[in-house]
Parts: sequence; structure tokens; C-alpha cells
Amino acid sequence: MSADASLNVSGPAPVLSLRNISKTFGGVKALDKVDFEVLPGEVHCLAGENGSGKSTLIKIITGVYQPEPGAEIIYDGRTYTQMSPVIAQAEGIQVIWQDLALFPEMTVAENIAFQSVLGRRPRLVSYSKMRKIALEALSRLGVEMDVDKPLRDFPIAQRQIVAIARALTGEAKLVFMDEPTASLTQSETDYLLDIVRMLSDAGVAVVFVSHRLAEVLEISHRLTVLRDGKLEGVYPTTDLTQSRITELMTGKSFDNVVRATPKPDVKPVIELRNLSRAGEFSDISFTVGQGETVGITGLLGAGRTELAETLFGMRKPSSGEIVLDGASVKFSNNREAIDAGVAYLSEDRLSLGLLQPQSIADNLVIASLDGIRDGVFLSERRKNEVVSEWCRDLGVKIGLPEDAISTLSGGNQQKVAIAKWLATNPKLLILDAPTVGVDVGARKGIFDIVAKLAESGLAIILISDEVPEVYFNADRVLHMVNGRAAGWFSPNECTLQEIEAAVYA
Amino acid sequence: MRKMINSNATEVALIGVLLLIGIFLSLSTDRFLTLGNVFDLLNTSAVNIIFAVGLLVVLIAGGIDISFAVAASVVQYITALALGAIGGGNWAIGLIIAGSVGILFGAFNAFFIHYFRIISIVVTIATFNIYFGMLMFLTGGVSIYDLPDWLVTPVILFEHQAANGSWSEITLPSLIMVGCVLATWLLITRTTTGRQIIAFGDNPEGARRFGINIAAMQFIAFGWLGLMSGIAGLVQAHYVQEVVPNALYGRELDVLAAVVLGGARLGGGRGTVLGCVLGVLLISVTQNGLNLLGVSPYAFKMIIGAIILAAITLSNTGLERLLPVFANKGEAK
Amino acid sequence: MSTAIKRLRSFVGPEMTGPLAALVAVLVIFSIASPRFLSSATFGSVAFQLPELGLLCLAMLLPVLTGGLNLAVTFTANISGLTLAWTMFYFGGADAGPEAFALGCVLALAVGALSGLIIGVVVAYTKAHPILVSLSMMIFVRGLGEFLTRGGDISGFPDFVQPLGHGSIIGIPIPLLVLCAGVAVWHIVLQKTKLGFNTYMIGSNIEAVRYSGINTRRVVMLVYTLSGAMCAVAGIIMLSRFNSVRVGHGESYLLITVLACFLGGVNPFGGFGKVLPVFVALIVLQLLSSGLNLIGANQHLATAVWGILLLGVMVLRWVATHFTFLSHKK
Repeated sequence: MSADASLNVSGPAPVLSLRNISKTFGGVKALDKVDFEVLPGEVHCLAGENGSGKSTLIKIITGVYQPEPGAEIIYDGRTYTQMSPVIAQAEGIQVIWQDLALFPEMTVAENIAFQSVLGRRPRLVSYSKMRKIALEALSRLGVEMDVDKPLRDFPIAQRQIVAIARALTGEAKLVFMDEPTASLTQSETDYLLDIVRMLSDAGVAVVFVSHRLAEVLEISHRLTVLRDGKLEGVYPTTDLTQSRITELMTGKSFDNVVRATPKPDVKPVIELRNLSRAGEFSDISFTVGQGETVGITGLLGAGRTELAETLFGMRKPSSGEIVLDGASVKFSNNREAIDAGVAYLSEDRLSLGLLQPQSIADNLVIASLDGIRDGVFLSERRKNEVVSEWCRDLGVKIGLPEDAISTLSGGNQQKVAIAKWLATNPKLLILDAPTVGVDVGARKGIFDIVAKLAESGLAIILISDEVPEVYFNADRVLHMVNGRAAGWFSPNECTLQEIEAAVYA
Repeated sequence: MRKMINSNATEVALIGVLLLIGIFLSLSTDRFLTLGNVFDLLNTSAVNIIFAVGLLVVLIAGGIDISFAVAASVVQYITALALGAIGGGNWAIGLIIAGSVGILFGAFNAFFIHYFRIISIVVTIATFNIYFGMLMFLTGGVSIYDLPDWLVTPVILFEHQAANGSWSEITLPSLIMVGCVLATWLLITRTTTGRQIIAFGDNPEGARRFGINIAAMQFIAFGWLGLMSGIAGLVQAHYVQEVVPNALYGRELDVLAAVVLGGARLGGGRGTVLGCVLGVLLISVTQNGLNLLGVSPYAFKMIIGAIILAAITLSNTGLERLLPVFANKGEAK
Repeated sequence: MSTAIKRLRSFVGPEMTGPLAALVAVLVIFSIASPRFLSSATFGSVAFQLPELGLLCLAMLLPVLTGGLNLAVTFTANISGLTLAWTMFYFGGADAGPEAFALGCVLALAVGALSGLIIGVVVAYTKAHPILVSLSMMIFVRGLGEFLTRGGDISGFPDFVQPLGHGSIIGIPIPLLVLCAGVAVWHIVLQKTKLGFNTYMIGSNIEAVRYSGINTRRVVMLVYTLSGAMCAVAGIIMLSRFNSVRVGHGESYLLITVLACFLGGVNPFGGFGKVLPVFVALIVLQLLSSGLNLIGANQHLATAVWGILLLGVMVLRWVATHFTFLSHKK
């Protein structure tokens, strides 16, 4: 966790220096007179909650958005009032976007070499030249890939590599990485961090945006914190701790306590007996009782989500048994699981959990339509009752129930998603990565709800790749590795570091 | 070789099916595999292939166009009138007029799609009605038979007399078609503009962050289709030796079906010129074969519809879903 | 009072503003342009012309709401009409009894529903785009119809079929009553039932709906089946209006139905849109064409004006969103 910050801050002139950057979207100030500075060869972290203006700032630097008048961008000794993507690329500013911004239908070679052939005259494409550029870029990273295959054939981690390789094709002086580790496993993340160090050693400045605070501390020299579109401050990372960064980002202080309590002799709700599914997970056995919270953690690809979807009836186990309330069950679809009292909050709230364009009310009742039915017809009155009841109970702040769910913050959206499942009257609630895309400040609210639900007797399975989340909020923690149960931990009897050591081993 | 097959599965499948049909028809009819019939196929498919490669560019760019066929009718009419006004002209002038007017129609679509952010299917359904309604209203549905001589005289580029005395010939439409196919192929595979169109269709937001000029992409894609439909309009007028205002009405959906059969994807980013040509050819060969086999012409469309339906269903269904034996993931749904 | 207005507003929805404005504009412009416009003759002709297009438009609406399209609506209507015609011929043609007609209607509905079901099955079980599936179904159904009729007309039905197309009950044309019934049923299905709820939701994000425990395949199949059945109703009305059936009849309505849906505020990507605004949009379209007829233009000009109207409305919507964007900024 110690940072290798050894940069001489008073030394070289900044490679990039921004003054007085403001940007307004539809009446909301996304950025308000922000200054930002990056030194050559520095790894600089840009931190802030969702909506604090990080992405907007990157888009202004790279010319995707234009700042409001009065702004000044000094890059590499030259002053600009605004950027354009073409100038930015030509001058060596590269971005690895969070969503990668790659082209899945094109080959790996073309994805990597695309910008270096773009805009050159003659406007003709040379595939052999593109291949050469791509292979060169990949070999700089020490990676081998079939560059002639279309990108869509590769998994997300490989695509990440392609995005990095693309950023390294030009003479990069400044590289932005927007949440580059969000979809990587630990070993891939370590590999990426090595690349970042390599770039830094070669004199390339790297601006790193990540919500994983451990990484931030490990890799970066300095930290710029944005809060609500305003500059909070710039700090050398040597003096910082994770909780201090959280405080800076949210403006609040948090202290985590282990919530686990021993629960002897609880009535079992669900029991897994040697549950296996070929190629995904095998031989998983455990019981979750009434009021109990079982945490499951492990790296990406450990089979956590697959296990959850099997309990939810969306995948069929290849062997083993699921016992719910004392009776063996075999679900043929998720409706049967829901009717039997299993609810599953998807890890992908944006595309699987909620219907973003639709209303808050409709999102809340979609899984429990029979509950608002009056004969054959749906009752508007009962729908409104259900919605106002749940919004009150869970403390969801909404405008009108008819507003689109996308108008809510991540935290409030997640509360609606939880309410949607509570409305189905479940016995077992499976929460898969419930804090993804939820601000640090709002996460506590989610876990307060989870604790209250457990108190009321609900059995809860809490899945997360953030070890602290399961450590602080679950009664018992299952560690999964490659689809197998690697070990059990009791937060009351061990430290957070013990679990983290096991998970990241 | 295997790599080539994997990455061009649609084209390989289409060639396979075409070969099968070809072999079957050569064995069961004595007319199919004659020079005359093959040339005939080329000449009659020319107009549709020109339309198809134009539409392909729009589909690759992530759009759709319903209006191009009626736009071609309008182009035919305008070109015929313009040629009459300047007292005849020649092929070069004709193609320039038809092409330019076609580009204008394409740009009109692109203008609304880009500047008012209206989705292309809405714009082109509107312009479909505007173009066609205006054409029929202003012309009163009257056809033009009085075309310049050069336009109605078949231009034979190659001819061959078989032993039995029958002539087989390649005519100008085939040459123009080959030109359009080559030009489109060059555009989308060999120029950076073409690659940018593909990138834009594949991931519009990614393309925007790259600094690709989105407006230019829309105008080039729809302009290209406009150019192609202008040319196709003139070629069609040449082929049938008359200009009938509603002759091309309804052609848009047939061409769309053929292009998609050739592997282009609604939504953008995917599609090849080869596949697109094969898609059109598959339909013409089937029709030609049914004709030679003596099947009632009334049954053609039914059979072709069934073939397209089956092809689309099969190409969008993984083998493992049809044959559960291959399934290694026993998903519940 | 205010609650009544609020209820009315939630009943018609924000989609209503555009079509209603267009309706008022058309009424005003044509009453100035032609003194004969505001007459019972105009409304009579609208009332008789509206139903065919309207019923087909209802058939188009459901798939559009799910983010799809059913390009086979017109030919499905034709083939359903043919089914009814043949059933009556089987039972004696012009001498066929009402039972034969009733049986024919049931069979026509079944054929229409089957055509829709096939589209629905393919759309639900493969990743094929609904435009393509319904397009190939359209080519197939058109071919089937042309093959069976050899491209000709089928006519000679019992006399009692006539009133269904031309008769009136208390001054309201029967086809219009059928359309109104269709509109009412669609409105109730969409606003009040689980099927309608799920139809809208699927239009926004089908995977998220599946994760909510809804059998999305069943919903998609039902939507297209209902669409096909509504085509059959249109086919039956067309048969009685023209006293004949021909494949290709109403072909030009195909893209007009899509146009009317968009004009009625239906989201082209699916998920949003209501029946009543679409109904008003249909009335606007018919009034436009009747009005243009009165001042000496023909249907073709009306078609062009319909296209211009759609573009105009879409541009105005764009302007409206930009205007609210600017007013927010203050």
C-alpha cells in the first residue's frame, strides 16, 4: 500500500496545465473553474465520485468537448483555448476510455493502427503497414495476439490490451486511463500497473482515473480530487490513506465496523449441496439461514455470478442439489425462482438490472406485476401505493414516479432496484456487486438497508469483488477460486488483510 | 485458408449454396449453364447490384434507407427531361446528370439525419413518400417513351454466337455494374474514408472521440447511395427503354432483403461487397432456375421469400441451438 | 377540477400535443382554403377511408412498441381476406350463409395470427432483426397470395357482406365502429394489462426484462400474433369494402402505417407511444388527403404532404428539445 512517490515536484515544467476550465450541461455545472496540472513522467491520479467531473475534464483535454470561454490549456509549451481530437492525437495526447471506444467489427491490427493511418494523405489504407504498426505496439507491451482476427472474438481483458496498444502507437507524451482496471482480474491489473510504471519510466505522463483506492495509492505520485465539479485539492500520495481519499472525495468521514454477528440455530432458507455447473463452478455447498448474510468474494472469473444465476433459475446446474425451505427445487426459469422466493440483483444495473429510459414506478413493479393486478387489469392505484411505500421505506429520493429511472443517481437507482426485488416478497436476496456505479458516499446507505433486511429475517447472499465490502457487511465470507470454494472466513475472527491476502494471492 | 473461411462465413456459405444450386440446375436443365443464360443473369441483375452496393454503404454506416428506389425513379424522370431539354446528350452527360441528382437526394436524407438527429428509418420513410408522391403528382403518372437514341440502343460489349445460332451478349449495364461494384469495394476497403465509415457504423461514440467527422460520414454514406441509385435509375431506363414513374416502387425492400442476405447487418459496422453481390445473385439465380425448371412465375416470390426467411433464421441461430447435442451450456432459457 | 385535468393529461399523455396541434392546423387551414371542407361529406369520406389504414396501423403499432416492425401487415391482411373469400366460395360463393361467413372470419383471423406467430417465433428465438424477419415473411406471403390467385381478383360474395363495408349504425359507418373497437381494445391491452406493460418494457431493454422474471419470448410471440390477427380484421374490412380481394390491395399503406405511428409520437426505438395519439395522427392524415382532394389535388400529392408532415413534426420535436435545453440554461 505504500506509494513509491519520489518525484521532484518543483522540478520540470508541467506537460499539461489547465486553467479556469468550466463546462455546463443543461443547466448543471459539470466543471466549475477547475485547474489541473500534470508533470512529465508523472503518474497522476484523478479522483472523485461519479458525476464529479472527471470524465468531462478528460473530454475537454482531448477535444471531445469544448470548455466555456476564459479557459486556458497549456500543453507542451503551447497555449490553446480549446482542443480538437485530431490535434490532441497528433500532439501525443492519448486516452484509454473506460468503455474502450474500440471497433469490434474491425481486426485487432486495424483497431490498433487506426489513428496512425487516419488523415494521412494519400487517403489509402495499407493493411501491411497497419499490421506492422500493430505488431510493434503489441511487442512493446510484450503481448502476442492474432492481429488479423476481428476484435469481437476477444474477451474484454484482451480488448483492454488492444486499447492500450492503440494509445502507444503514436509518440504519446500524455496518456489518460479512465477506469482501466474496472473489468480486469487481479493479475491482469498487476500487469497493467507494470505497463503504467514502464510508461512513466520512459517519461510519459499518465493520468489514472480509478475508483479502486488501493491501486491509486500504489501507482500514483500525486492525486487531484474533484468534488461536484470543483477542484478539491492536489495532494502527494505519500501522505494519504484510503480512508483519507474517501473523505476528500465525499467531504464526509466514514468509519467502517464489522457488522457480522454470530447467528446460531437459525432456520435454514437455502441449502446448496455439491452444486456444480460444467465449466463454471463445482462442488459448492453452503447454507444461508434466516437473517443471515453470506458474502462471496473472489476474482473476476471465479464463477460467482454464474453461481448466483444458477440459484436464480437462469442457468441449470449440471449436478448437485438446491434445497429451498427444506424442499429440493429445480427451476426451469427465473420466474419459478422468483415465485419460490429467490431474488437476484444483477451486477450490471445499466443493461440488465433496470430499464434506463422507463419510469421509476414501472422499474419498481416490473418483477411483481401480479402484486398490483386487479383481476385481469393492472391497477394504477396499487402501483402508486407500492411505489410510494417502498420509496419511503428505503429512503429513495425521487421527483415523480413517472420520471425516467436514468434521472436518479446511482445510489438511488440501486435502492429502486433493491425495492423492485423486495416487492416480489423474497426469502433469499442475492446481491451481485450492489455498489458498482454507486458513489462512495452512497454505499453506506445501501449496506444500511441490507443490514435492516437481514434483521427482518431475509437470507442474503452478498457478492462482491471488493473484499472490504463483504468483510464489513457479511456474517460469513466464502472465497471462490476458479469455480471452487477455496475457504471460509468469519469477519469476527479474522482481519481484512487476511482475506485480502488470500484473495489476491 | 481456415482463417479466411472463419472470418467470411457468410460469403463462403453463399458461394456454397450458389454452387449447389448451380450444379443442380446444370444437371436438371440444359439451358442453365449456357453462355447466353449466364450473361442474361448478369445483365438482368445489374440494376439490383448497383442499388445493393449503394445500400450496403449506408447499412455499414449504421443507417437504413427506404427512399433510394423511388429516388431513382425521380432521377430517371429528371434526367430524361434534362436530356430532352439539352437535345440529346450522351452516356457521359447522362451519367453525370443522374449521378449528381442522385447525390442531391442522398444529401437531403443525410441533412435531416445529421442536423436534426432524426433516425434514418423515419427520415427515409418520409422522403420515400415525398419523392414518390411528388413524382406521381407532378407527372400525373405519365411515362416517357421518347428517350434519346443513345439511351435506348443496347450497347453490346461482347457477343458470341453459339453453334445452334443463338446469340449471347454482355451489355453496357453489366459494365457499369462492375464499375460500381469495384468503386464501392475500393471505397470501403482501400480508403481511409471507407474505414472511417465502418468505424462510425461500428461504434459512433468511439468514432466521435477519435475526431472522425460524423457529418461527413453521413453525407458520404447517403451521398454514395444517392450516386448509385442515380446510376441505377439511368441504367434501368436504358434496359427497359422507357421511364415509368412507378417502375421501381417497392424495389427498396427486395434490395434490402438481398443485401442483408449477403451478411450486412442492420445497425452498422458489418458487411462486404462480395457478400452483397452474392446475396443479389442468389436471388436472381434462384429465380432464373425456377423459370428454367418451368415453375409458375407466380410461385417465384413465395419460394424466394421462404428461402430468405430460412436463411435469416439459420444465420442468426447458432448450430448448438438447433442441435442441442452440441450445446455445452445447458442454459435454462 | 385540477385533478380532472391531470387525469385527462395522463390519459392522453405528452405524445398527444403534436398530433392534436397538427389536427387543429389541418382543420383551420382547409376550412379557410375551401368552404366545403367543414361538411358532413368530408367527414363521411374520412370515416369510410380511415378504417383500413387505421386497422393496419394498429397492427403495426404493437411490434413498433417492442422496438421491432412488422412489414408483412398489408399482405397478411390480403391473405386473411383470401381465406375468408375461399371459405365463402367453399360454401357456395354468393349463396353462402352467415355461418360460412362467420367460419371464414375465424379462419381468416387464424391465418393472420399464424403469419404473425411465425414472425414472432423467429424474432423471439433468433437474434435476427424484426425488419428482416417480417420483410422476408412479407415477400413469402405476397408470393403465396399471388401464386394462389394467379395475380387476379376474387369477387362475388353474399349480399349480407356489403353492409360491413358500407353500412352505418346510427349514422356511424360500420368500418369506423370496428376501428374504434380495435383502438379501444389496443388501448386497454397496452395501458391496463401485463402484456401491454411488458410490451413497452421490452421495447426499452429486452434483456433487463428477462432478468426481471418475464418470459420475453412469449410476450414477443404474442405481440406479433396479435399484430397478425389485427391484419386479418383489416383484411375482412377490406374485403367487404371493395367486395373483392386482390393480393397487393392496400400495398401502398405499408409505409404509411409506420409514418402514422411515428407521427403519433411513437418512439422509433420502441418503449414509448400510445394508441390515442396515433389514432389522432391517422385522422390528420385522412383529413389532409380529403382536404387536398377538395382543392383539386390528388392522393399522390397527399402522400407527399404526409411525408413532409412527418419530417416537419420531427424537426419541430428537435427544435422543442433544444428550446427546453436553452431555457434550462438560465
